[in-house]
Order: sequence, then structure tokens, then C-alpha cells
Amino acid sequence: MNKRRRTIFVVTLLAALHLFVIFPGFFAPYDYSAQERELPFAPPSPLHFVDAAGDFHSRPFVYSWKERPDSRGAYEEDRTQMFKVRLFAMGSPYVVVGPWTSRLHLFGVAAPGRIFLFGTDDFGRDEFSRMLYGGRISLFAGLLGAAVALFAGSALGVVSGYYGKWVDAVVMRLVELFLALPWLYLLFAVRAVLPLRIKTTDAFLLLVGVVGLVGWARPARLLRGIVLSAKERNFVLAARAMGASDLHILRRHVLPQTYGTMLTIAALLVPQFILAEVTLSFLGLGVGEPMPSWGNLLAELQKYSVLTSYWWMYLPAIALVVLFLAYQWTSAKLQEKVAVVNT
Amino acid sequence: MRKTIVSTVCLKALLVSVFVMGGTAATQAAPQDYVTAKGGTGQAGGRLVVALRSEPKTLNPILSVDATSREVIGAMNADLIHINRETQRTEPALAKSWSVSSDGRRYTLQLRRGVKFSDGAPFTADDVVFSFQLYLDENLHSPQRDLLVLDGKPIIVRKIDAYTVECELAKPYAPAERLFDGLAMMPSHLLEKPYREGKLEQTWATNAPAAEMAGLGAFRLREYMPGQRMVLERNPNYWKTDAVGNRLPYLTELTFIFVPNEDAQVIKFQSSETHVLERAGADNFALLQKDAKAKGQCLYDLGPGLEFLFLFFNMNHLDATKSPEITAKQAWFRDLQFRQAVSLAMDRKGMARLVYDGRATPIWGNVTPGNKLWLNTNLPHPERSLEQAKTLLQSAGFSWNASGALLDTQKRPVTFTILVSSSNAQRTKLATIAQDDLKQLGMDVHIVPMEFRALVDRVLNTKEYEAVLMNLVNGDVDPTPEMNLWLSSGETHLWDLGEAKPATPWEAELDHLMEAQMTTTDSAARKKLYDRVQELAAQNLPFIFLLSPNILVGAQATVGNFRPAILEPYALWNADQLFIRAAGAAKCQ
Repeated sequence: MNKRRRTIFVVTLLAALHLFVIFPGFFAPYDYSAQERELPFAPPSPLHFVDAAGDFHSRPFVYSWKERPDSRGAYEEDRTQMFKVRLFAMGSPYVVVGPWTSRLHLFGVAAPGRIFLFGTDDFGRDEFSRMLYGGRISLFAGLLGAAVALFAGSALGVVSGYYGKWVDAVVMRLVELFLALPWLYLLFAVRAVLPLRIKTTDAFLLLVGVVGLVGWARPARLLRGIVLSAKERNFVLAARAMGASDLHILRRHVLPQTYGTMLTIAALLVPQFILAEVTLSFLGLGVGEPMPSWGNLLAELQKYSVLTSYWWMYLPAIALVVLFLAYQWTSAKLQEKVAVVNT
Repeated sequence: MRKTIVSTVCLKALLVSVFVMGGTAATQAAPQDYVTAKGGTGQAGGRLVVALRSEPKTLNPILSVDATSREVIGAMNADLIHINRETQRTEPALAKSWSVSSDGRRYTLQLRRGVKFSDGAPFTADDVVFSFQLYLDENLHSPQRDLLVLDGKPIIVRKIDAYTVECELAKPYAPAERLFDGLAMMPSHLLEKPYREGKLEQTWATNAPAAEMAGLGAFRLREYMPGQRMVLERNPNYWKTDAVGNRLPYLTELTFIFVPNEDAQVIKFQSSETHVLERAGADNFALLQKDAKAKGQCLYDLGPGLEFLFLFFNMNHLDATKSPEITAKQAWFRDLQFRQAVSLAMDRKGMARLVYDGRATPIWGNVTPGNKLWLNTNLPHPERSLEQAKTLLQSAGFSWNASGALLDTQKRPVTFTILVSSSNAQRTKLATIAQDDLKQLGMDVHIVPMEFRALVDRVLNTKEYEAVLMNLVNGDVDPTPEMNLWLSSGETHLWDLGEAKPATPWEAELDHLMEAQMTTTDSAARKKLYDRVQELAAQNLPFIFLLSPNILVGAQATVGNFRPAILEPYALWNADQLFIRAAGAAKCQ
């Protein structure tokens, strides 16, 4: 029962994380590029319930940050005016899907107040909003990349395992070639030959494409192995003896045996590819400013002064760790399930 | 009729050296003209450690190109006339005095007597003539050669007697004295032979044995460990004394360690492994400030240096068939009102604050407030105004569509790309702010960070770019090094390279002004000419001037006589006077 509850918790967490980043505009109080130039590196706004006079408020409120007069770059709360946190507040417009835009945000405070749940970055942009928008790029690069890799990998792996002979030889040599490629340098090279200016969506698709294309080799090899053993099973042999076509055998008897493994691989590949996007963006090869991704956000930490002074800049890393753990845990669970089914 | 310039420092030096000689005359045969260095006195002894960003590529002054090599070479060599980094004016060095002929073309330099190289050999006019021969030798490709050639004619240097040389220029050259700064005088007794044998380019590489080297600087080479450090030791024959007659330098050892990145340099400075932090970024400076007092470290914000950051548009005359996209946009770029609108939209204060933690100075012209002698203080500093910018765009025929995007006269959306160097995070940040500022005007701007050499290639060679955000650093306060920038035929006339004739009336006027200032010897008249240059640049905005970053320097409080300046080398220009104090006496200047 306890285990079951944990599973529910992890799956809910994963679902919630994905929901947040599918609709970042709604959950984020601000636009990812909105600069608050008077407030670079402002710390997270604490939520208050008790005001300066000692009165308790049932609805939380925040104070604005103002620069401390005695020291540059340090902030203190301006206690003269409090700003209540409002649910379903109207704010800056954002695109929901396609041409559909909205101004409705999950929460917000009335201007001129500002709520920075995770503080601000070096341009005074809300780190929480940027994390949500950034998650959209990073998570989807991971998901789509994994889908591309898995699709290409399983198609080639299954074909290779099932038909064997020269098909197998060609595909497997190709796999070895791809595994041996120094893919980071390959990506540097790919980026270098592309035109200077590519749109964010193109950069994103490119990222997904390249990551997926490079990542298909391992799943292909794994699935080939499974198909090799699956096609020797008695019921497969029986089906073949009865004159079933290759397509039928693949669809009805061989592929179902690979589904469990595929799911497990997927759960492993997604975080791996999220990390690939993070790495690429960290190195400046991903989507460009001002569009955030988790890699971009973490790249700020390359600076010694940021690393030692502003703890909230680590928050994207924590989100990444949580997401990874959830995916890894799911993958482990799936593997258990697969093992049970296969025995 | 000759005009004689003898500095008072020099006269004092003579007096002091007579006084010094009282004690040492028995051992010194020749009379000596030591210089008395201004500034406080210190204690002899001690070792100073400084981190360098990279290893010096060579120790040969003729061949050095990179800043690191120059810095190390600067500590080991001396020049005839030196630019004082603090006053930004020239002062006598190995030449104790000089005179100029009435036509302004001939300089006669009197050399100091009794000066010796670090290996004990005497320094005479032969060494000067030999050094200039090396700098001017076309086969050696010395980067200094360009400066010594006027109108295609190299400077002619003649020996008059053992302590007098004459330099003849092709035409009057106003900043001629400043030319001598940084031209290290070389020992002919050591280098004549390799030069005759055609091996000079291989001599004095970084692995040269210390015994084969000699210089006239405060320090000489002791050892070099590739990848780790270069150790210089005190030159016992140095030709300067302090106010009470002690022979300089005070330090017995000057050690350079190689620390390739700024953050690592900051950490080493923080932990007192190095004495001097030659140049810090604003963010690290703020970080160091937090516990500077407790750690006994002194931090100096020297204000704006000579570096200026700017945005500029491609106004080159391009082939419309080859680069149709760029040429289509050049109608905007060439429109002064467009450039003025862009300039008005720039949030210079915000940039200084966000990117440089407030340690940068907004500028509206090419001369920074750090250049005390030449700044035109009458230039207007228009406040940021999006309203005015929009009015300007409107009067230039631009309009806006329903969603606020800016459209040109042919109803095409205004969109362009700004290139920045990817190795410079601050530059990208500036561009991000500029992008946001221009978005307010409805311009759709993209930023493309690019490897620096690829960027320079686009700017200077292929001209495939729309706009670039970059910097220029003047090596000297004098306007003459900017000839290449402002002359319409100049090699770094960035916005429109290789103009056959000036493309606009103001560029024609710039040509005239720059030529005139170079040959005008009256300094007030020169200043007037150069003021007009600054005015024209500010009015016509070939560059949208943005900021000048402050020079930020740090030193341990134990370093005495530390007087950083905004001219390179910021911290070590008076290395001969630096000394290490006892920890108890440590204080910041």
C-alpha cells in the first residue's frame, strides 16, 4: 500500500511538473523576458502573514524590494506598502496555444508590487517565470528527442534483429559508427555551418533532431537483442510454420515483447536528453537569449561571483534533480514490471 | 632656432645624482645621470607575485604583439621618452632631454650618461641607432614599425656622439614624443651578432637563458617555468633612485604566475597568493569588496579607462546582388534619424548598472572621461527618451502596425541582427539590454554571439553583418592612434571600409581634421581640431556610443607605493617603486 502511494506521488509529481511547463504563461506571474532593471539579483520575496503592526492576515502578502542605501547590490524590504498575493490575477499577455492569448495568471500582485518566488537574475527577470518557460524547452527537448531516438532506434533495431544477415550487419556497423562519434564536437560543427540567425523554434527543433539522431544507436542495439531472442520463441516459430507474414509476426508476436523494454528505455532516455539540452545550452549552443532553458539558466553559475553570492540561482539545478529522480524512479518501477511480465 | 624642453625632474635628477656620486664615485668612472622617481620611499627587499592571464609568447621587444608579453617585457626594458601613466604626459627616461627643430621634423635627444644594461655593459647612442634599425627592419615585421613610418617614409635615427642622437621625421608630427614610449632600447653588444646572422626572430624567445639577455628595465630574467611562472629579479644597474638616493627597484623579485581565467585569478588574490589583481570584472570586484577590509586588501575603482563600447551598423557599400538582405536594410542604417532614435533608446545607465554593477560610465562620444587631456566636455548628453526616438522615427517615415512592430517606408518590418563576441559574457548582456530597449521602439532585434575572430572577419573582410556591438581600446590618450578609425581610407573605418572618397560631407571634414591635428604642433589648436572630431562623431553617430567600463584594480594592503592608473599596464607601471611593507604597517593608499 505504502509502495503504491509512493508510485502515485511520483507519477503525480511528474504530471504536475509537465503541466507547469506546458502552460508556463499561466503559472508564471511574469513574461520570461520582462526586465526589472532596478532589481538585478534580488532575492526571493518572502511571503508574509503578519504585517509590520503585528496584525495577522489570512491571505499572504509580499513587500517590494528596495536597494539598501548603505550598500550597492543589497536589498531590503520596503515595509511601507504591502501587496496581497491574488489568485487568478490579470497580468501581462502570453500565448497559450497558437493565436490564443490570455492575460490570466495563476497568481500575481498588484503593480507596482512584484512577487519573485525564486528571486531575479542579472537583468532583474523573475527566475520562477524563467524556470517555467525554460522547463518547456528543456523538458520537451528531452521528450521529443527521446521519441525521435526511440522511434528510429526501435525501427532499425527490430528490423536488424528480425531479418539478420546483411541487414543486421549494415545496421550494427552504423550503430557502432554512431556510438563512436564524438557527438559534442559534431554538434559544434553542425551549429557552425548553420545560418547566423535561426528562429527559436528552429533552434529548438534542430536541438531535438540532432539529439534524437545521435541517440538512436543504443536503443537500436538493445532492441535488436530482444528481437533476436523473441523470434526464436516457440510461439513465434509456430506462427511462422503456419505461414504468417513477417509483418503479422512482428506486429502480433515480436513487438509486444519489446514494449516493456521500450518504456524503460524511454524513461531513461528522457532525463538523459534533458541533460543533453542543458549541456548544449550551457555551452551556448541551444536556444538564444532572451529565451530561457534550464541549461541557459544554469550557465549563469559559470561566473564565480554568481556562484558564491546568489543561492537562488541554483534553483533550476534543484528542479532538474527532482525531475531526474522522478524519471529514474519511474524507470526502475517499469523495469520491475517488465521483469515480472517476462517471467 | 631650437626649442628646448628640459623637464624639472631631470634637473633634480642631476642634483641628486651628484649627491649620490659622493659615495660611489670611486667605483663609477663615468658621470651618472640617475633619475629620481617621484613618490614615496620604501623598503628594499621583498617579492611581489602577480597573476597573468596567459604566458608571454616572447621576451623579444621587437616581436611582441600580445599584452602579456608586453607587460613582462615592460618590466625588463626601458624607453627613451616615457608616458607617465599617472599624468598621461611624456617625461624623460633614457633620454634626459630633447629639443625640436623649428620645422618640427628633427628631434635631438641627449642620452643619460653612465647608464648600464643589466649585464653591466654601457648604454650609448649605438644601442639607440641599433634598436631603431631593428624596429624599422621590414623583414622582422615589428608591430611598432607602422608607428615609425610617416607617409611611407621611416623615421631616420643618426648618432651625433656617444650620448646624442638625432631623429628625423618625414613631416612635422605633433605627438612625436609619444612615439618613443614603449620602444625598448636593446643591447647591441648582445643582439648585433644574431641580427647579422638573420636569427633575431629566434633570439629572446621565452626559453632564452637569462645570461643571454640584458635590458635597461627595473628587473631582469631569472627563470621561466613553462605553464607555471616567470621569475624576474632586481636589476642592480637600474638607473633610477628614490627621493633619498636609494637605488631602485625596491623589490628583489617580481614573479608572474600564469592563471588563465579571471575567476581563478580572483580566488588567488582573495587567498593572498598574489599581491596584485591587475584587472577585475565588476561582479568580482563587488564580491571582493565584501571582505576586503578583513583580509587586508585594497580595491581601487579608477573610473573609466580608454575603452569604449559601441553599437554600429553596416554602412559599407555592398554589392546588392550578393547581399540583398543587408543592402535592403542599409537604407535604415544610413538614415541619421534612425541612428539617433537607436541612440536615444539605449538605457546606458541601466547597462552600467546591470552589466557593470554601476562601475562603468555612460558615453556619448569616442573619448572617455578617463582621457583628461582630450575630452570635449561640451558634448551634449541627451537623456534616454523613447518618446523622442519615436518622433524621430516617425519623421523619417517609419510607422507602426497594430501589434506595435516598427515598419519602414515600404511597410517592411524593421528587424536586424546584432553580432557580439561569444567569449565576452558582458558584451552579450549589453546586447540583451539593447535588444529589449529596441523592442520598445518596435524593432525586432536578434543577438548572435560569435567567436571573436569570426566576428572580426565579418566586420573587416566579408562585411556580412547588419550590426555589431563591440569595443575599442585606445592605447594612448593622444588622438593620433585613431587616424585609422576616422580617416575615410582608414583600415579600421569600421562602418564603411575602404571608401574611395569620403561618402558624406562629415566624413570629408573628419579626414581634414585628423590630418590637420597630426601636423599641428600647437597643442591648443590641436585640441580644438580634435574637439570638432568628437562633435562630428557624436552628431553623426557612425557609432552609437554606450559605455566605458571602469578600470578596477586590487592590491594587498602590504604593497607600498601602489598607484594604479588607467593606462596599461594599470598596476605595474611603477613596478620599480613598489615595495612590500611589514604586515603591521599595511594600509591602503
